Amino acid sequence: MKDNVILSFEDLDIRFTLRGQVLNAIRGISLDVYKGESLAIVGESGSGKSVFTKSAMGLLDANGTIAGGHIWYDDKDLATFKTEKEWLTIRGKEIAMVMQDPMTSLNPLKTVGAQILEAVELHQHLHGPEAKAAAVQALADVGIADPENRYKQYPHEFSGGMRQRVVIAIAMACRPKILICDEPTTALDVTIQAQILDLIRTLQKKLDLTTIYITHDLGVVANVADRIAVMYAGDIVEVGTCDEVFYDPRHPYTWALLSSLPQLGVKGQALYSIQGTPPNLFHEVKGDAFAPRNPRALKIDFIKRPPYFDVSPTHKARTWLLDPRAPKVEPPEHIRKLRERGGGSYA
Amino acid sequence: MPETREKLLEVQDLSVTFGSRRHPFKAVDGVSFDIYKGETFGLVGESGSGKTTIGRAIIRVNPVSGGVIKYDGEVISGRVSRATDKRVIRNIQMVFQDPMASLNERAKVDYIVSEGLYSIHRHMPEAERKERVAKALSDVGLLPEFASRFPHEFSGGQRQRIGIARALIMEPQFIVADEPISALDVSIRAQVLNLMSQLQKERGLTYLFIAHDLSVVRFISDRIGVIYRGKLMELAGSEQLFAHPLHPYTRALLSAIPMPDPVGERGKKLIVYDPDQHGYTPADPPVWEELEPGHFVRGSQRELDGYRKMLL
Repeated sequence: MKDNVILSFEDLDIRFTLRGQVLNAIRGISLDVYKGESLAIVGESGSGKSVFTKSAMGLLDANGTIAGGHIWYDDKDLATFKTEKEWLTIRGKEIAMVMQDPMTSLNPLKTVGAQILEAVELHQHLHGPEAKAAAVQALADVGIADPENRYKQYPHEFSGGMRQRVVIAIAMACRPKILICDEPTTALDVTIQAQILDLIRTLQKKLDLTTIYITHDLGVVANVADRIAVMYAGDIVEVGTCDEVFYDPRHPYTWALLSSLPQLGVKGQALYSIQGTPPNLFHEVKGDAFAPRNPRALKIDFIKRPPYFDVSPTHKARTWLLDPRAPKVEPPEHIRKLRERGGGSYA
Repeated sequence: MPETREKLLEVQDLSVTFGSRRHPFKAVDGVSFDIYKGETFGLVGESGSGKTTIGRAIIRVNPVSGGVIKYDGEVISGRVSRATDKRVIRNIQMVFQDPMASLNERAKVDYIVSEGLYSIHRHMPEAERKERVAKALSDVGLLPEFASRFPHEFSGGQRQRIGIARALIMEPQFIVADEPISALDVSIRAQVLNLMSQLQKERGLTYLFIAHDLSVVRFISDRIGVIYRGKLMELAGSEQLFAHPLHPYTRALLSAIPMPDPVGERGKKLIVYDPDQHGYTPADPPVWEELEPGHFVRGSQRELDGYRKMLL
């Protein structure tokens, strides 16, 4: 493993067995996560983005298995982990997670303080008044006013945004090296969303944390991500720095995702929308998984799965359009406009 | 010009109060606005601002405690005759936020879509009912065969289409859409928004579009009202509002819109709204004032003077 890589997925395959049928949820993903970076994984529901990251915490459902590949963390292959005891050395302690809905991820019957205390005692090995002080401090660190009193309150006494702050406080009390945020703001209002993203970014900078965001909304991550990986049908179709993916996207699926953002819509005109539905992963996917929904698909897209083509040392995409033999295909109008916004640094 | 347009819905000084008499809670407090025929009026605010309560007061689910709501010139709030009640049900329909929760999971699509017909057209022949269901489903881009399926067999976007079909089958003039796309994926949002604008063009529908995300509301609305803690803060044409946001709360909402533009986002400053920043005094209480044609804002005289300067 390279020095600056903290977590490395190598040719990962994940399968689920459902009513005797096999579903290939993750189809051969390789991805390096660098120390201290913030990586965003973007895709539609069902693209496998949650499954992919959950595999690094041993949180796959009982019918899911890692069918091939490796997950390297700290010279250990997490893909070989079998027992709960092994996972407990990683889960929370090394890699922690913030789930989507703070309503369901907190225990409604316990005070907020007790829930943070649990993490503090388990991971920081503090007890008694010391542990309590650390838990109160954890609340203060995530920007909750009057932490002494809030400590004694129950989740229902908090607003949605405050509850999400509590969830983050619990995750941070484990002192993890990697924080995975699974749609951390989808259940929240726009104003609160901006505040929560701000908080996560501040914590990341302060504690030199590696963060992985999972989201379906490309618009949200422009502000928070260093790098973006776009997922479709259990595969990463494009990965690059934030600027590269926004200003110089190469995969037709990334084009489609960006074009359908209402922020880019022109009033009176129909918004761009992706036709069709994602492929059924119970069947083997032939060629480029996005081809059937791609109006610009080439013939070869239906026959052979494209390899990654490098656009720059940090930017690669899995599309035949980047093959030197491919015909020149102009990206849609919205994408050309985004490029101009990028200041012309991307030709 | 707004004056020449026909008002379809008038909300005048509306208040809705919850809780007991001893501990009343004013969810909506003195809200007034008009919705013109054929337009989309966007109502934006955070959770708990009372935007859904206004929508529910219009369809007569929440009783009003003050003010009146008029539909097509007729009062529809408070005690009304049975005929008026029926007219409201037939002409005003609602589309709900979460298509997972708002469809009866034990009923087939056929029943879900035509449930409204059963109560209004009690003696409709079975063949005609079936035909109407098929028509409503194909209008929203679903196959008529889907009528025999259950809601769990559909994706989120398809389910929201069923929710829209259920509203359309009543042939309403006015639809209250309460956060119809918040629970959907970005790629699906575009489809549902397009469907709603297409239906509006074809049938001359009028929408009240309730949402918390200004970027979505801007795309679909002609005029936007910004609501905070039960009171309207600002009301303007949507382009007007984006070009000249006056009220600090509107500006806070605008600053929170995430843009797909990393360079712009890096330099962005998030504005946080503090309701105590106004420093209202009994001598100079906040009033609701029209500062330029069609652009209303709430503020004290001192603030309004400042807003006027910003418009120059």
